[in-house]
Amino acid sequence: MESVLSRAGLWLVVLVLAIMASAVSVDFGFGVHMVIVAIAAAIGLGFMLYKVDGEAIAKGIIRSPADPGRYDDEVIRWGVIATVFWGMAGLLAGLYIALELTWPALNFGIEYIGFGRLRPLHTSAVIFAFGGNALIATSFYVVQRTCRARLAFPGLARFVFWGYQLFIVLAATGYLLGITQGKEYAEPEWYVDIWLTIVWVSYLAVFVGTLVRRSEPHIYVANWFYLSFILTVAMLHLVNNINIPVSWVGSRSYPIFGGVQGALVQWWYGHNAVGFFLTAGFLAMMYYFVPKQAERPIYSYRLSIIHFWALIFLYIWAGPHHLHYTALPDWAQTLGMVFSIMLWMPSWGGMINGLMTLNGAWDKVRTDPIIRMMVLALAFYGMSTFEGPMLSVKSVNALSHYTDWTIGHVHSGALGWNGMITFACLYYMTPRLWGRTRLYSLRMVNWHFWLATVGIVFYIAAMWVAGITQGLMWREYGADGYLVNSFADTVAAIHPMYALRAFGGLLYLAGAVVMTINIWRTILGHLREEAPLRDATYDPAADRPLVPATAN
Amino acid sequence: MTATQTYDALRHLADSWGLVAMGVFFTLFVAWPFRPGASNRNQAAATSIFEDDDDD
Amino acid sequence: MALSIMERHKTLERNVTLLAVFAFLAVIVGGIVEIAPLFWIDNTIEKVKGMRPYTPLEQAGRDIYVREGCYLCHSQMIRPFRDEVERYGHYSLAAESMYDHPFQWGSKRTGPDLARVGGRYSDAWHVQHLKDPRSLVPESVMPTYAFLADRDLEQGDQVAELQTLYDVGIPYTKADIAKANDDLKAQADPTLDAGDFARRYGKANIRDFDGNPGRLTEMDALVAYLQVLGAMVDVNAAAAQEQSGEEGGR
Repeated sequence: MESVLSRAGLWLVVLVLAIMASAVSVDFGFGVHMVIVAIAAAIGLGFMLYKVDGEAIAKGIIRSPADPGRYDDEVIRWGVIATVFWGMAGLLAGLYIALELTWPALNFGIEYIGFGRLRPLHTSAVIFAFGGNALIATSFYVVQRTCRARLAFPGLARFVFWGYQLFIVLAATGYLLGITQGKEYAEPEWYVDIWLTIVWVSYLAVFVGTLVRRSEPHIYVANWFYLSFILTVAMLHLVNNINIPVSWVGSRSYPIFGGVQGALVQWWYGHNAVGFFLTAGFLAMMYYFVPKQAERPIYSYRLSIIHFWALIFLYIWAGPHHLHYTALPDWAQTLGMVFSIMLWMPSWGGMINGLMTLNGAWDKVRTDPIIRMMVLALAFYGMSTFEGPMLSVKSVNALSHYTDWTIGHVHSGALGWNGMITFACLYYMTPRLWGRTRLYSLRMVNWHFWLATVGIVFYIAAMWVAGITQGLMWREYGADGYLVNSFADTVAAIHPMYALRAFGGLLYLAGAVVMTINIWRTILGHLREEAPLRDATYDPAADRPLVPATAN
Repeated sequence: MTATQTYDALRHLADSWGLVAMGVFFTLFVAWPFRPGASNRNQAAATSIFEDDDDD
Repeated sequence: MALSIMERHKTLERNVTLLAVFAFLAVIVGGIVEIAPLFWIDNTIEKVKGMRPYTPLEQAGRDIYVREGCYLCHSQMIRPFRDEVERYGHYSLAAESMYDHPFQWGSKRTGPDLARVGGRYSDAWHVQHLKDPRSLVPESVMPTYAFLADRDLEQGDQVAELQTLYDVGIPYTKADIAKANDDLKAQADPTLDAGDFARRYGKANIRDFDGNPGRLTEMDALVAYLQVLGAMVDVNAAAAQEQSGEEGGR
């Protein structure tokens, strides 16, 4: 009883503080945010006072199995749904801003949906909301199963999930209201950053706590990657977000680091957000789910250890390649370039490790669309980790920087690697988490695979052409010794590519819609009656081996 | 020490002993899984995820 | 001996804390070695003549620039290539962004670089371009920002704003901070008594920027900011030439 009272008291304090902060806020956006916090606190308080069992209600809504199971999977089920939901939101926002760039009338002169405000919404929604929820859900799934232990601090794990959703809502609404720090991928303002820090430390506590409680002697390598991801993101987030707020009841703040230092700290953060959030964390998914789906151990565990150390040693240095030929000192640029090129090796080591796991099971690529998604994800991981070091070479960067080539590179990684491996993991986990015999439809997975693949091809091909076209046009000189193209000429030249890019995004989104239906029906327990995906039957008439050349 | 001297000293460290120390540590970590007796342990770790049927 | 090393490896491989510590060391060393020296470079950037902190009005415009996410399509960093220098002007010097918190170098040029856009176009051009970009540049894909001209600039917190900027390291004087609210109004309205504003902020533009003298709008602030970009430093002056010579190796 006492604990109920004290927890209710805590909610009440938060509620009152949020209402007060909203009332005295110096800007509109901060006021809105405090209302959102107050609503969240009121919901928590209501649940507490009326003794509502929120978990039981949630179980009913998402149809959790009655059997509590060996592991604490409830929060993972929420995570799966949140991942799908935010994925759809992020892709939709991405498609819309792609259309805005093609037909700027779609900005409608409305400030809340202008490109400059929607783009951070898109990037944050796909990276932090979709990717972040996927990482939290899969890490909780993997750490329990590899440690054969239930989650440590189950209450804290639930706080991590809901706290992270509140972070997403505050960040996303903030972007629409124009609340931003003005640093790419680190846009949320100071109070949202502080909130994320609290959530993240709790996440670390749950994860490490579960590792400590393990009944398995060895810490499986996937957990190494998850651990380094959680730790490094904490460090990056803290250093890059040291700001001083103008008012304690206002949204605006100014970062301690400005100018050259600000640039280096920002891209040290920005690149390692890619390296540890989108790479290390997702490699952890790869190291558990690829062997499980292929039903074979990882090709070389030894290689996975080398992969781990090489990746985290090298990645952290690569940030300055975002600042080639800028006012950053030359030595830092060169350092960034050298380490970026070295990074190619561990990245491909990891890709080979994942792909070779399928040794002896390559036929599954034909029969199992989930395996096929994983293979494609690894192929795109390999491609973008080759393209990355190439783009970090200064002379290549001179052409590619500031152009859409970078955007294409990012999306071959994000759509190809992060997206596909996440989809595969969702397809793997959903039937198991809800105790279903199989997915609703494997043929829909196949559709998803092809829609997404063709979508990615359209997207990155369009961006390569647009980027290289624009880069070359900017530097084109005529025989008279003058620049040939005005900037506006280059914008007009790549317009068709922008339309193609939006089409590619549409296909990718369509694939995600198919997935949403499939996962939804799986959760409901429906099973689609369909012909199984199987091997092509052997047709001797079609098999015409080469006739060996006869000696004349 | 003036700021410029500090900067120069740090820069010097970054591309001399600092780099060497990083390299040595890195080599040690990479050599680690090749130590004798590691392969059994690695094998055990790699297959540990298949030991229980009710992991799903 | 070999056995004891193996035992230690076993410990490391099985100990969460040690794994975490080593992983963290691996990432933190790289960060420190690479970033730390930069915190002493601040003083090695010679102050280039002409650089001054933004006026309250310019800073308010900068806040709007950040708020609307302009940096997502416009860079403020001219690289030392012949085509960029001819297109945008002298390449950017480190000192030119020393008062930029946050820096706005950008990473993508969906639109042109703005590092030296100050003084290139008239105020009226900027106002028209922000209201309807395609009326001046038919190929443009920029959103319209007509709402800026219809909205009064938020006033009254300029003292707190400059104080915060002072706290993060921008050398505003006591007078700058104390008079910030008045400075904001005075810069956009030549009929007001600006006091010593012009002396404190060298080469500041004092005029109505948005073509609507009756109101102080967000458009006034944004145009005031755009008009000062790259205009503070005379890149052909001797000190700047020396500085750019040192940076020219990049």
